[in-house]
Amino acid sequence: MENRFDMEFIGISENESLARSITSAFAAMLDPTVEELSELKTAVSEAVTNAIVHAYPEEAGIVGLSGKIKGKTVYITVSDNGIGIPDIERAKEPLYTGKPNEERSGLGFSIMESFCDKLDIISSSGEGTVITLTKHFGGGKGER
Amino acid sequence: MSIIKTEKNTLIAEISGELDHHSAAKLRLEIDSAISKETKNIILDLTNLTFMDSSGIGMIMGRYKKIQHNCGKLIIVSPKPQVKRILEMSGLLNIITIEASIRQALKRM
Repeated sequence: MENRFDMEFIGISENESLARSITSAFAAMLDPTVEELSELKTAVSEAVTNAIVHAYPEEAGIVGLSGKIKGKTVYITVSDNGIGIPDIERAKEPLYTGKPNEERSGLGFSIMESFCDKLDIISSSGEGTVITLTKHFGGGKGER
Repeated sequence: MSIIKTEKNTLIAEISGELDHHSAAKLRLEIDSAISKETKNIILDLTNLTFMDSSGIGMIMGRYKKIQHNCGKLIIVSPKPQVKRILEMSGLLNIITIEASIRQALKRM
């Protein structure tokens, strides 16, 4: 099947749940297992939370959420026009966080990488960030 | 959503719904305002928690640090599979334990 959606929302924390719901509803079209859907939902939650927490230090900005389905693979992109990630490799290090005083665990990227087949990060200082999560749904036996 | 109560020197928080960056902020304040000098242990009952991401890990870790000075224990009750998976990935299970019920958790205190 082929499908796509494209939306944006204000980067406020209330919309983290909205992003998860939209992702779940979209990916559900591929009839994933409970675990597969849960993994994608969690990864998207991490990416969206990162955008909301880090991208716009001054005031909430716009976060884009888009999805594409091609065959049995879903691609979810989370994007922003915020401050960007100056050192992507450091940001990806497990437990590293740009906000050490805010009880952040620094596990976001680790979770995205573990739960998805591919994680793509395009970002640089002042240029915003685009995170693309790729997940192929196996279509094998499992609880649906 | 959370229900917080105290039993002797143990604070028990029943957390339901989803625990993400948004709900962790409110929950953090609710738990912290219920922690007193006498609070030694914390039990987080996650029986009705349907989702947690790494913001929840940060919140749990922060509460664990708060009871460290009293050599307290933090026990998690009955996490669902998705929640347990995130707990395992975080390494938190090296320092906190899981029990099947609040009653069993209280026995460990």
